[in-house]
Amino acid sequence: MGSKSSSLNKIPNAQELMQETGFSAAHILRLYERFEFLDVDQMGELRPEDFGAIRELSMNPIGDRIISAFFSPGKETVDFASFVRILAHFRSTETNRTRDGAQPEPANSRTRKLKFAFQLYDQDRDGKISREELLQVLRTMMEMQVTEEQLQSIAERAIQEADLDQDDAISFDEFRKSMEKVDIDHKMSIRFLS
Amino acid sequence: MDSSITRRTGVLLLIFTFSSFLHGSRGEIPTQPTGGSVTILPPVNLDNAPQAYPDPVKENMPVFTMNYQRIQLPFEITLWVLLASFAKIGFNVYHKITIWVPESCLLISIGLIVGGIMYSVHEEPPAVLSRNVFFLYMLPPIVLDSGYFMPTRPFFENIGTVLWFAVVGTLWNSIGIGVSLFAICQIEVFGVQDINLQENLLFATIISAVDPVAVLSVFEDVSVNEQLYIVVFGECLFNDAVTVVLYNMFNFVALMPEVEPVDVFLGVGRFFVVGLGGMGFGIVFGFVAAFTTRFTFKVREIEPLFIFMYSYLAYLVAELFNISSIMAIVTCALTMKYYVEENVSQRSCTTIRHVVKMLGSISETLIFFFLGVVTITTDHEWNWGYILFTLLFAFLWRGLGVLVLTQIINPFRTIPFNFKDQFGLAYGGLRGAVSFALAFTLPENIVRKQLFVTATIAIILFTVFLQGISIRPLIELVNVRRTNRNLDTINVEIHCRLMEHTVAGIEDLCGQWSHFYWKDKFLKFNNRILRKILIRDNRAESSIVALYKRLELQNAMEILDNVSGDISATPSIVSLYEEKKSSAKPKKKFLATDVKNMHDILSKNMYKIRQRTVSYTNKHALPNDSHSREILMRRHTSIRRSLRPGSFQSSVVPKYFSLPAGKSLDTKYPPRRQIYTDDLETMSEVVYHSRPSRFGKPARSSSRAMMPLRRLDTLTEAPSVNLLDESTGEERGSSRRGTSRTNSSSSDSHIPAPHRPFHSSVENDSSSAYNIRSGHHEVEEEQQQQPPPPAWVATPRDNAAQNPLLRRPQWNPKKM
Repeated sequence: MGSKSSSLNKIPNAQELMQETGFSAAHILRLYERFEFLDVDQMGELRPEDFGAIRELSMNPIGDRIISAFFSPGKETVDFASFVRILAHFRSTETNRTRDGAQPEPANSRTRKLKFAFQLYDQDRDGKISREELLQVLRTMMEMQVTEEQLQSIAERAIQEADLDQDDAISFDEFRKSMEKVDIDHKMSIRFLS
Repeated sequence: MDSSITRRTGVLLLIFTFSSFLHGSRGEIPTQPTGGSVTILPPVNLDNAPQAYPDPVKENMPVFTMNYQRIQLPFEITLWVLLASFAKIGFNVYHKITIWVPESCLLISIGLIVGGIMYSVHEEPPAVLSRNVFFLYMLPPIVLDSGYFMPTRPFFENIGTVLWFAVVGTLWNSIGIGVSLFAICQIEVFGVQDINLQENLLFATIISAVDPVAVLSVFEDVSVNEQLYIVVFGECLFNDAVTVVLYNMFNFVALMPEVEPVDVFLGVGRFFVVGLGGMGFGIVFGFVAAFTTRFTFKVREIEPLFIFMYSYLAYLVAELFNISSIMAIVTCALTMKYYVEENVSQRSCTTIRHVVKMLGSISETLIFFFLGVVTITTDHEWNWGYILFTLLFAFLWRGLGVLVLTQIINPFRTIPFNFKDQFGLAYGGLRGAVSFALAFTLPENIVRKQLFVTATIAIILFTVFLQGISIRPLIELVNVRRTNRNLDTINVEIHCRLMEHTVAGIEDLCGQWSHFYWKDKFLKFNNRILRKILIRDNRAESSIVALYKRLELQNAMEILDNVSGDISATPSIVSLYEEKKSSAKPKKKFLATDVKNMHDILSKNMYKIRQRTVSYTNKHALPNDSHSREILMRRHTSIRRSLRPGSFQSSVVPKYFSLPAGKSLDTKYPPRRQIYTDDLETMSEVVYHSRPSRFGKPARSSSRAMMPLRRLDTLTEAPSVNLLDESTGEERGSSRRGTSRTNSSSSDSHIPAPHRPFHSSVENDSSSAYNIRSGHHEVEEEQQQQPPPPAWVATPRDNAAQNPLLRRPQWNPKKM
């Protein structure tokens, strides 16, 4: 596929990205096209406004959290490598190529997916989902009319269901434990077009 | 075991008695118009009226007369139904049988026996399998049952795959088998050369209709993964469209001397008309039914009737236009269920489910039973070659079809089917009732009709017996992916919702759609428009909230059930369930230690929470999420006597349990909700920005009328922390529930009735937080617990300094 490899050349570090994330060349290419589409001023980097331009995403209740997940703490822009790395979380684990043990855990492993979800709650990155953080997410997600006291009780119950060490917050391990029976791969995967 | 053997013998004797009765009774009937066979036509008889001719010989007043003809038809129907049901009881006596042998096999066997009896006494079975009786009376209940209890969410997530397999798979099977059989027919040695291509195709269509009733129950028992289950389930329901079209098309074609190409195109067009028309009718009737139930709150007794009448009407209207009636009734049930279950009362909901299950079960039983009976009593034409090759090709083409189709559709699926799933899919293609009926209704002018009938019966028997019995060990051997069904926690619900939103967002980001997008769109449309029209009290409820309420209710139930009896000896979970059932125990007062022990028990019980309403229900049992409410009804009278009346609020049982403080249920709840609706946005904004201040502010105490009530040490020192480690939030939630009762009684007197939007809402938060759970109790027909009266103390401000919401009786000693 001559055209593809020549196009791949203009993507910096394409081979390493493919290796690291497990995307195929076709996937990377398509994601690069999407990246360029979103990058309206062609700076090679995405800014929060570029994400905000996606209409559907801005209507998503947790759209802003998803967007902020792309930005590493402290950085203002997202380059293509970070873009792909974050999206790599959402590959289905069924399509994992076999890897040797020396490689680090792939981005779309169950733990990494759970970690991504966890960080959507934990905006202040303290490693725990506090009650307020949970409440915030609940509020944004409950688009139907829910009374405040219901929200509070639900959050209360959720924390108590999961909180094993009684610190009134959900740590990542508790989060993982509460989701141990759920098929995360199914819920947190998308089929990447190529 | 002796008792079971005696019971079974007794049942068998009964069966024999009944069948002989049937025989004997028929002997009295004067000759029917249609010769030997007894058809279920209302016999015309004039014996009702007293005889008009003068009686030459004077007879005295007859003391005892009998008139069989008059009741013949309903009587026989009832007897047959009873007979089949006895058979069902009979082999459920020894339950291990039903694990290994699917019920359909057993029913067919009993039918075979009864058929043998009837044959030996030269009786004809009732013509159940005439076209009208089967398609108008026996099939709709089964389909309604399947459609009503179909798990909607996995269905819509997999709808593409389902339709793909249903439509293309059936086409593939029919054409493949038909053509191969035609090729076989050309071989002279089998002696079936006179069957032409059209008839072969017709026959192939008949036997391509899968009916995996037996397989579904095995799948459920084994908990195979949801995808496989729903595809098998959905395929069975939806291949009817294709089967009907093909059947009619080939029927038409078989009668015609020649086929023109335009007929093929018309056939394709007809397929779309049939399929989409069926769905369209179903949706229309579903919405009409939902709309009707909006107004039935005064006539609760006949609410279930609407469901059945509308579904049946959908079916009949579809039959009127010769479009796919099965699809009509399935889509009607799917559409209607969601809205109807919100509009009707709880009892009607239960009734509907029970009756749907019952009718479906009866029909299914009868059909398989008659399959057995008719097998013996029809004239068969056996042709080794044809029949064996039919079997071979049926297997072959299904296997091939599944392989090929899966390969094509796997790239479009998020979770592709692996080979084990494909095996389950292919092997689960049993044939059943629909094939049977279609074979019987073949037009008479097909020369080899008997051969077809025999072949169909052979295939059905073969697949049902062989595949039905062997699929269970094979599925377990192959180790098909299982599913986890025990996911009823709030955490899981919330996090799964979050994940759905995340994935939807990521997909938008990548610029691609999937079912999340459509689901989102549909949900928005649903909430904005549909719900307002079709649901009476449009109090939209998130599924998270619904689940939360259900769980809280569950725990309330369990606490109540545990009030009785001596609990200090921490019974095991099993005995706890036994305790629930036995109710005749003296009701004690609530002691502190009892409360503690109850919560230990509850914590262990938490994951026994029953399934969510419609997902993945057992084919032969009802989904029992209303079980808890039924327990409630049963026991409230006994409990109420022993509990202090107290200051209960109204005894109306609305469906929403969350109750703001100090309000009575029916009058003030709706307005309160509206207030929330209006300023939910403002509230959340304000809350967001002033988050620290809101939770930290103690200054509202002056405007708070209600004193925070703090649990006394009697309750907090009771539990030890390590027990709590095992426990989950249920324990604490329920403890609050246990003690919140007097909360509400005191708060009732304190909370001022009017309130302004923001402040009041936050103000009432903590009190209402208490009262949510007490609201449960007030609602639940005055179920009460007896919290220790002296344990409540209005404490001063120190607790209010913290987040008022957190200011609950804490089990956690260190928090106090």
